[in-house]
Amino acid sequence: MSARASGLYAARLMRERMFLGLAMGATALGLGCLVAILATLLIEGVGGLNLRVFTEMTPPPGSDGGLLNAIAGSLAMTALGVVLGTPLGLLAGTYMAEYGRHTRLTQVVRFVNDILLSAPSIVIGLFVYEIYVALVGHFSALAGGVALAIIVVPVVVRTTEDMLLLVPDPLREAAASLGAPRWHVVSRVAYRAAKAGIITGILLAVARISGETAPLLFTALNNQFWSTDLNAPMASLPVTIFQFAMSPYEDWRRLAWTGALLITAAVLALSIAARALNAKRGT
Amino acid sequence: MVELALVQENRVAVVRKGSSLRRMARTDAFFEALTRAAAIAVLGVLGGVMISLMMGAWPALDKFGLGFLYSQSWNPVTEKFGALAPIYGTIVTSAIALAMAVPIGLGVAIFLTEICPQVLRRPIGIAIELLAGIPSIIYGIWGLFVLAPLLQHTLQPRLVDLFQSVPVLSTLFAGPPYGIGVLTSALILAIMILPFIASITRDVFEQVPPMLKEAAFGLGCTTREVIRNVVIPYTRVGVTGGCMLALGRALGETMAVTFVIGNAHRITPSLLAPGTTISATIANEFTEAVGDLYTSALIALGLILFVITFIVLAIARYMLARIALRAGT
Repeated sequence: MSARASGLYAARLMRERMFLGLAMGATALGLGCLVAILATLLIEGVGGLNLRVFTEMTPPPGSDGGLLNAIAGSLAMTALGVVLGTPLGLLAGTYMAEYGRHTRLTQVVRFVNDILLSAPSIVIGLFVYEIYVALVGHFSALAGGVALAIIVVPVVVRTTEDMLLLVPDPLREAAASLGAPRWHVVSRVAYRAAKAGIITGILLAVARISGETAPLLFTALNNQFWSTDLNAPMASLPVTIFQFAMSPYEDWRRLAWTGALLITAAVLALSIAARALNAKRGT
Repeated sequence: MVELALVQENRVAVVRKGSSLRRMARTDAFFEALTRAAAIAVLGVLGGVMISLMMGAWPALDKFGLGFLYSQSWNPVTEKFGALAPIYGTIVTSAIALAMAVPIGLGVAIFLTEICPQVLRRPIGIAIELLAGIPSIIYGIWGLFVLAPLLQHTLQPRLVDLFQSVPVLSTLFAGPPYGIGVLTSALILAIMILPFIASITRDVFEQVPPMLKEAAFGLGCTTREVIRNVVIPYTRVGVTGGCMLALGRALGETMAVTFVIGNAHRITPSLLAPGTTISATIANEFTEAVGDLYTSALIALGLILFVITFIVLAIARYMLARIALRAGT
């Protein structure tokens, strides 16, 4: 009897060890992927990293050059996307947390916003192509910015609503009892209390769109040359990486790796900054 | 005289105060209307996407009818288009990716909630979440230049050899190992959705009341038994919701797949062969599409993708909302 029981126990213990081992293995595998990707980026990308990358235009195959126009284009369109998308997201999030907290509209918007949050970005590109590029008749940086803005909106809506809901109601009541009108309560009290969280959301949105490729493919297209015209096609780092990496030219591929390293560094820095900001708020 | 002046002054002040109150009320109403308009605009975006895709897809859907969904031909020259091959590729790559990522993601979540020393929990959790933040194009370029050659020379020939004489598996793993193809795409997708599954299931696992777990531990359960008999049953809806959310991501993922799928419009039983997905087809062909029908067929593909992901994501959100509701009460 006791031998059987201890046998049972041994079997349970063995299964337990295997189970815990598998869980640890899974985590090691996940972390291993992160390390492998970052290591490859460093190994392949650092070699091509020099001053020319930041001072020269994308080259034709076979000659030297940099990524200046692509970097500038990415910065411009990311800025455009944030400038266009943030106010809308901020206001919508404000409505959901402050004015219409329990309304049917808020419930529907929350549901729809969550869907938009994970909607395929290539479909957003198609949408902007349909409503803008096809009507105007040409690709443009503006269309790229609009496509990115549509990706920014749901991220900002979500964090704004969440962060405003974290602001304690007595704070609002205190302001209202001093005679502050509702919009003062929102803009001077609630926004201020939720500032760090809202900025975190915007940073996360920037991180998200600075690596987006699919929505730019047929809105902003690409451009071999320096362009500041928002009505003309504009280069961007992700699209340039796509084009260069898929090409058969060795020097283009090297530049693609360098660009990939730059984007990843920027995105990781942004998400770590966002986290640090959020952590500071939490303490 | 002085008194009269004072009274008049007071009256003016009262009138002014009234008008400033009115102005404030107007500003207030305006601000509220503005925020409500913004909220409605968010709805408008979704509606706009639906309507514009339907309009753009109409010429192709009108011409090919329901046959568009089950026709395999994709010929820009004769302008015969059918969506079956991209739909098949999308579903197969996502399904395989999910099958690989779910057990690993659950493993990570279990490690983070049950085994990991407290000090390491935050850093490891953040590292896994950073994996989710890496742009998809990076996964694509890594998949094309690192993973694909690696698979071509190691895993794929072995799979071919191993399953040569096994009836079903020999057709699944047949043909020359190209490196790129359906299996490689599924692997990349699995790596991409792993962090989503891991972080959502971790959050869901943390919602299990400690009392339940402690009671089970008190009865002498091992960690494995606690997770199997207490944690998983309690969180089943949430875990499924998280997996559906990850599935939605995988279905719509574009750049990573475009790099490694090979863009071949055909359905082959072999997982090692190149194929295509809806998003990869659009990304590869849209700017080169000549003719209205070709463009329209690609937009119709986009519409199908949007409808599929919409349904999957809606179910996911519904499930996650249900578990959040229960945790709240």
